[in-house]
Amino acid sequence: MSIRERLSGNEAVATAMKQINPDVVAAYPITPSTEIPQYFSNFVANGSVTTEFVPVESEHSAISACIGASAAGSRVMSATSSQGLALMFEMLYIASGLRLPIVLIVANRALSAPINIHNDHSDSMGVRDAGFIQLYCESNQEAYDNTVMAVKIAEKAKLPVMVCYDGFITSHSVENITLMENEEIQKFVGTYKPEEYLLDETRNISMGPLDMQKYYYEHRKDIADGMREAKVIIEEVSEEFAKVTGRKYDLYEKYKLDDAEIGIVVLNSTAGTAKDVVDSLREKNIKAGLLKPRAFRPLPYNELPNELKHLKALAILDKSDSVNGYCGPLFSEITSAMYSSGINVKTVNYIYGLGGFDVKADDILEVYNNLQEIAKTGKVDKTTYYLGLEDGGEK
Amino acid sequence: MKNSNILKDGNSIEFKTGAWRARTPSHSKEKCKNCMMCVPFCPEACIKQEDNILVGIDLDYCKGCGVCSKVCPFGAIEMKDNND
Amino acid sequence: MPYSLKEVVKKQNRLVSGHRMCAGCGAPVTINAVLRALKEEDNAVVASATGCLEVSTCIYPYTSWKNVSFIHSAFECASATLSGVETAYNSLKKQGKLSKDKETKFIAFGGDGGTLDIGLQSLSGAMERRHNITYVCYDNGAYMNTGTQRSSSTPHYADTTTSPAGKVTQGKVQPRKDLTEIMVKHNLPYVAQTALFGNLKDIYEKAEKAIYTDGPTYISALSPCPRGWGYPSEDLAAVSKLAVDTCFWPLYEIENGVYRVTYKPAKKLPVEEFLKTQKRFRHLFKEENKGLIEEIQQEVDKKWEYLLMMEEVTNKQKEE
Repeated sequence: MSIRERLSGNEAVATAMKQINPDVVAAYPITPSTEIPQYFSNFVANGSVTTEFVPVESEHSAISACIGASAAGSRVMSATSSQGLALMFEMLYIASGLRLPIVLIVANRALSAPINIHNDHSDSMGVRDAGFIQLYCESNQEAYDNTVMAVKIAEKAKLPVMVCYDGFITSHSVENITLMENEEIQKFVGTYKPEEYLLDETRNISMGPLDMQKYYYEHRKDIADGMREAKVIIEEVSEEFAKVTGRKYDLYEKYKLDDAEIGIVVLNSTAGTAKDVVDSLREKNIKAGLLKPRAFRPLPYNELPNELKHLKALAILDKSDSVNGYCGPLFSEITSAMYSSGINVKTVNYIYGLGGFDVKADDILEVYNNLQEIAKTGKVDKTTYYLGLEDGGEK
Repeated sequence: MKNSNILKDGNSIEFKTGAWRARTPSHSKEKCKNCMMCVPFCPEACIKQEDNILVGIDLDYCKGCGVCSKVCPFGAIEMKDNND
Repeated sequence: MPYSLKEVVKKQNRLVSGHRMCAGCGAPVTINAVLRALKEEDNAVVASATGCLEVSTCIYPYTSWKNVSFIHSAFECASATLSGVETAYNSLKKQGKLSKDKETKFIAFGGDGGTLDIGLQSLSGAMERRHNITYVCYDNGAYMNTGTQRSSSTPHYADTTTSPAGKVTQGKVQPRKDLTEIMVKHNLPYVAQTALFGNLKDIYEKAEKAIYTDGPTYISALSPCPRGWGYPSEDLAAVSKLAVDTCFWPLYEIENGVYRVTYKPAKKLPVEEFLKTQKRFRHLFKEENKGLIEEIQQEVDKKWEYLLMMEEVTNKQKEE
């Protein structure tokens, strides 16, 4: 049975956390994810969870406390955004390096400087190599569902998981949502049974040693292999989730892509806007399509190129900028995957919406119009555009 | 599970540090009064006692720091240069 | 029951041989002295900041930590990490996932750099949140693992590789930051300052009180470093004794705000007696630097008088 509700993204994720009832939550306030520790403190104060809540004095200490709690053998979650995630940077590598299945909710927000509290993906993209599995969510439903799945994925893969959704656009907008029953979630996530943990009463262990060169190199490969193995685990857990809820998640979502001639790749809430544009183009018999990655870490580097190879023109939309004088991270990773798969599609990169700059349907339409031009002429005169800026970016 | 956890507590005893020594303590049973002062002052925790009787200094681990010789109130531990 | 060295040495060492600390290092002696205060049957989780101790006692595949679990995460968050472990303990215990009769204590060790400087925020947070943990700073007065760089705990005018004695400046220009007093202002149930003194009664009793007092407790333990201070490695006990007998490093404790000086030297020695044993202070004995020793003496005396005064005032308050 499922429950019909209307919740914001933060409310939905906080509800998922309540139903999961983790052993420990350590969190620090930062816009726009603050509401999660707020809602959660409420659950703790009113006894609707048995979680121990740690109101830490910084995000660096939030993730450090999570590391300690997870290493001790308990199920642990937290939430943050932007500068908070950036402050955690050092400890994110240590959480994954110690193979700790921490679930970290990230309400995506721009990185300073200048400071900006609105949405873009520079924060989670900024830590894309930290060894966290990263799941990206278009809506509050996806944020809720991915939070539930993240717990199981993390504990199977023995890697921490980041659940990312757009600050304000998703976190603070109320949408219809279908919730699971508490028992369904409790059964789905089960009880956490760590194998190697500090509070194991049968043996004392040491975690976080100094590794010399050889061991370090081997251990780092183990972690990278863990990320490779995580792809199958995400698929398995998603199948189990579909059996319980009927909602099927893959590593990415294709929207009218298979027969499309022009297509875009885009993460999170902008995909919702873009789907409307695709529909309107389809009504005019323009074969537009869209691919929305869900798992960015691990990157489905085999699958994505094959889903895009039939397109005449492709635009990859980045809501963050690599500041490498060239392009955004999604563009560089997907085109490199295409290149290695020997797939060559006329591809351009749109950096867009930084700092919450509005992304309207007309903006997306402008992308597809450009793609129609490229499809027609087969010519790409410029690779990187800044959508919606007068000068269009590249001088 | 392949990771960097160490599951055998205290297994550093498999690693001998005795080769660090440039000088070696020699413990005289006659002078020793079993006062136990040297035992907790040894940085390597390698001075053994049984029921407050000083058994000896484990040279597998002793780094020759000389703390025991100086802390002993009865001059029962003498440091000798290794190449003497 | 009163302290007996003979009884105490029968207890197990929880930091065993095979670690890679320098010959004569004060830290492992300090750590074992503190951990010996654990009841034999009690378990513990130790967290360590990055530093000499951590990188010498837990080198994969070896660990010197015995009958305690050990975690090192990073340099500035031993306290936050341990507060997470302690929180997990409370959660699992409430859920009945840990046996009722077994007691586990939570002890963090950090050097002065890892505690007074980079780790201060994490320490302050964990203490303010009243986690049931004990934090022990093994204070060797500089960043020794990286080769004796100055920390806020480096003594006034001490020569280090980042506060060298030169022509223009004479070692560390600033006086030492006194973390013990900062921790007192956190209103902790127990704070203490100790050293490797006499038959280690002082450090044992303070460790016992700190570990077995409910709530957050803090200990500053002087941990001499032959390499960084520049004295012969065998003089660990002698140098510690001089630090205490000159009141350079006073031994005292604060229980719920009430001060008690736990050792008053019968004959308080001039601080010069302590300074002259170490290379890091050698430049102070040059003719032109004579005034600096006098300045250090005044600082030592000022702190000593403050402690005696606080002992008197806070005990009187207690009686009222």
